[in-house]
This record gives sequence, C-alpha cells and structure tokens, in this order.
Amino acid sequence: MSVLQALDLRRRSASSVPPPAAGKPAAVAVAKLIDVSKCIGCKACQAACLEWNQLDQPIGYTDGTYNNPTDLTTASWTVMRFTEYEHGDDLEWLIRKDGCMHCDDPGCLKACPAPGAIVQYTNGIVDFVSENCIGCGYCVKGCPFDIPRISQTTSKAYKCTLCSDRVVVGQAPACAKACPTQAIYFGTKDDMIAHAGKRIVDLKSRGYQNAGLYNPQGVGGTHVMYVLQHADKPSLYAGLPDNPHISPLVGIWKGVMKPLSLAAIAFAGAFGFLHYITKGPNTVSEHDEAKADELAAGKDRA
Amino acid sequence: MSEHIKPVSRYTTGARINHWITAVSLILLALSGMALFHPALYFLTGLFGGGEFTRVIHPWIGVVLAISFLGLFFRFFTLNLWNRDDTVWMKNLGAVINNKEEGLPEVGKYNAGQKLVFWGQSILIFALLCSGVVLWDTYFATYTTIDQKRLSAVIHALCAIGVILIWIVHVYAAIWVKGTIRAMTQGSVTGGWAWKHHRKWFRQEVGKP
Repeated sequence: MSVLQALDLRRRSASSVPPPAAGKPAAVAVAKLIDVSKCIGCKACQAACLEWNQLDQPIGYTDGTYNNPTDLTTASWTVMRFTEYEHGDDLEWLIRKDGCMHCDDPGCLKACPAPGAIVQYTNGIVDFVSENCIGCGYCVKGCPFDIPRISQTTSKAYKCTLCSDRVVVGQAPACAKACPTQAIYFGTKDDMIAHAGKRIVDLKSRGYQNAGLYNPQGVGGTHVMYVLQHADKPSLYAGLPDNPHISPLVGIWKGVMKPLSLAAIAFAGAFGFLHYITKGPNTVSEHDEAKADELAAGKDRA
Repeated sequence: MSEHIKPVSRYTTGARINHWITAVSLILLALSGMALFHPALYFLTGLFGGGEFTRVIHPWIGVVLAISFLGLFFRFFTLNLWNRDDTVWMKNLGAVINNKEEGLPEVGKYNAGQKLVFWGQSILIFALLCSGVVLWDTYFATYTTIDQKRLSAVIHALCAIGVILIWIVHVYAAIWVKGTIRAMTQGSVTGGWAWKHHRKWFRQEVGKP
C-alpha cells in the first residue's frame, strides 16, 4: 500500500490520488456540530485551539467589541464572532465560532496549484500540508468563507485542521473537548445531523420557528455545521454566507480555462508547423536583391 | 552570387538589447506562469528552484518585463500607428499567408500584422501588470478584496494566454519570413528583404548615409 493510500486521501490538490486500498472499509465522514444557541462566548475553544496546536497569537488591540482577536489569523484558526441582533424590543447576542467549515467540495483545494499542499481525507477533513505549500494565496481566492490566512513570516497558508492529528487517533478536536456548555459536538456526520435535528425540535418548541441546521449544499455540505436559531438568515451571524459556493470566477479559472488554454497554444503551434510544411518559407530571391540594388542606384543618381 | 548593396540597418544596438531583455523575461514569465496555471505543467517550477521560488520570482520578472516593454513601446509606437494601407493589407491577409504579397500596398517599417502584434502585446502586458499587482499578495494583499483578486486571476490567465498566442505568431513569422531574424541578432537586413517586405521603409532608408 502506498503512503498516499495509507493517508486515506479523498482529494489532493493539483494531483490525482490512488483509490483507497481494496480491503479497507468504506470511510466514515466525520463532522463538528456547533450549536450556536448553547454558546456562551467564553472562548475556551479559542484557548484550547492555541494550546493543542501550539500557536502563539500576539497580543493585539481591542476594537470595542468582544471579538478578540478581531479576525482569524495565522495563529488564531478559530475566533468567536459576536453579533448584537435587535429585532423589535428584543436583543439577541449571536455568538458564532468562526473557522474552516471543511467543505465537502473544498474551494481552497480546487484553487491550489501546488500538488499535495491541500488534501481532503476520506473522513472529510480538509488539511493544509505546509511542506508542499508555496504561499501563492490561491486558497484564499478559492474559499467561499474567507478562512485561510497567509503568514508574513513563513509565507505558508494556515487554517483549522479539525484537529486531524487528534481525530486520527480517535479523539475529538481540542475545541470540542474544551467547550464547557457542550455547544461543540464531534462525531460521524450522520450522528451530528441526527443530533442537530433534536436540538432544532427543542429550539422550535421554545419559539425559534426558523431554527435549523447550517450544512450548505452549495459547497456539497460541510464537515463543520452550525445549529442556528435563525437558519433562514445565516448572514445575521457576522456575515455567515447565506448560500456559499465556489465563486464562478474560480470555477472558470480552475475549470474550462485550463484545458482550453493549453489546446489554444497547441493549436497555434500546430497551425504554424502545418503552414510551414504546406506553404513553405517566405524567401527573398536574387531577383528581389537585384531590384533593391536598382532602387538604391536610382536613389544615388537622383 | 553577385555583389549587392550593403545591408540596411533596421535595429540599433540599444533596441536589440531592449528586445532581448523583453524576450527572455517573457519566456521566463510564460514558463513560471504556466507552471502555476496547470498542474500538468507544475514540473516547470523545477526550472526556478521549486514552487516557492517560482511564486517569489514570477512577479519580479514581470516588473523587468513591464519596464523593458515600456522601452520598446516608446521606441516603436509612432511606427505602429494604423493607416489605410494597413486596412488593405489586412483584407489581403490570405494572400500574405499564401506567400503572395506582391501587389499589396508598399509597407513601411511595420506591416499591419506586426502592428497588431505590437498593440496586442501592449494592451495585454498592461492588463497583466495591473492584474498581476492585485495578485502579488506579498506586498499588495491588503489593498483589494477577495472578489477583486478572483477577477484578477481570471484576467491575468486570459491575458497571459493571449500574450503567448501572439508570441507564437511573432516567433513563427520570424521563422517563416527568411532573413528576418538577423534584424534582431545583427541589427540589419539585406536590401532584397527590405525591398520585398518593407519597400516604403526601404525607400526612406536608402537615401540615408
């Protein structure tokens, strides 16, 4: 069995992957379920992420909100985003744990030009492989959620790994382990969808008529899903895309353009070659040289 | 072979150096750009010391090309202004391709095809420079939105393919029309070549000392 097969890859950027070894059981898709309605915004998940992944987020500045840091960085792969949602006389504090959604159809991977810099395991986790990353930033353009960050010091792209190194040994991601209210669940994708169903029934019984699961099909579903109180308006949650999909521009750039461009270049080369062997070179004859002499002589006399 | 008039000067030493800096940088840009454009050509990054070095060096070669091409642009743009004879020439492109250019209007320093190459490359290289800056994340990542970067990526790739196609026409024409390449290597052409392909220009040149 090859190394790539042993890694259980489903997709590998800018390359094809061997199918999983024949004797292997079918892969089980995993997912993280973030129940926004149970989140208290304590940021234990952020701390756990830094600790497990041994990341160092430098002390920054406050922008007057609870968002700290104010955005995802190369060290902060997850960030709590706080939204004050006012409707009528009511105020709701919507706290969304932002980070990589681990799309089933990953735009970052499709945009990546470096073979093996982005991989998707058969369990659905999308991971960046730094030694193959060339720091071009194409993943940033491919991502519908604005997740990858390029380091100014290492020139590599970083994002949440869904703790692939923990999952591979049967552990839940560090953030899920640390959450004190169990707002973050981890398990098979089927189990997470089933559990979300129960939570949605509960939320609806408590007046959240539009409660629902965020598992956007525009990116083939995600391996990080949210339970939202207002699933009809995901953008309420600090700009969570209502209908995320890989940009059509990226689709063209990474789709039809690639074969068409090479075909056009090959055609131009072939046309030139065919022209040369059928029409032959355009040569200057002795007659042309004589005419030139004649013209020059005429000029001299004038 | 009888003795003929001395070769006609076509390009100064400065123009030739300017041209070859542009040519070399364009080829390096095409190789490094294609390497990052299509996974099947990623192996070309090996020519530049690997993927990271390719990513680093490509925009800098682009800067060299932009400056160098600007030099060519100012040297030659007045000679590439379109005139009525060029329209006639284009209408008879079929005859030219069939090696039957006799009977067409006399051509100045550049024929209509060469002028189209000139203006095509000028416009495309300008578009490549603009879209390339948007994609140069090392220095300019924060100045544009992700959507603008996506659009730039598509424009950059499209224009690059355009430049490569025009480059193929340019190089092929130099191979096809014998006696052309020495204009850019030695700076001069034979009287016969000038008389046959650029007679109007030849008439101006023969009078000169």
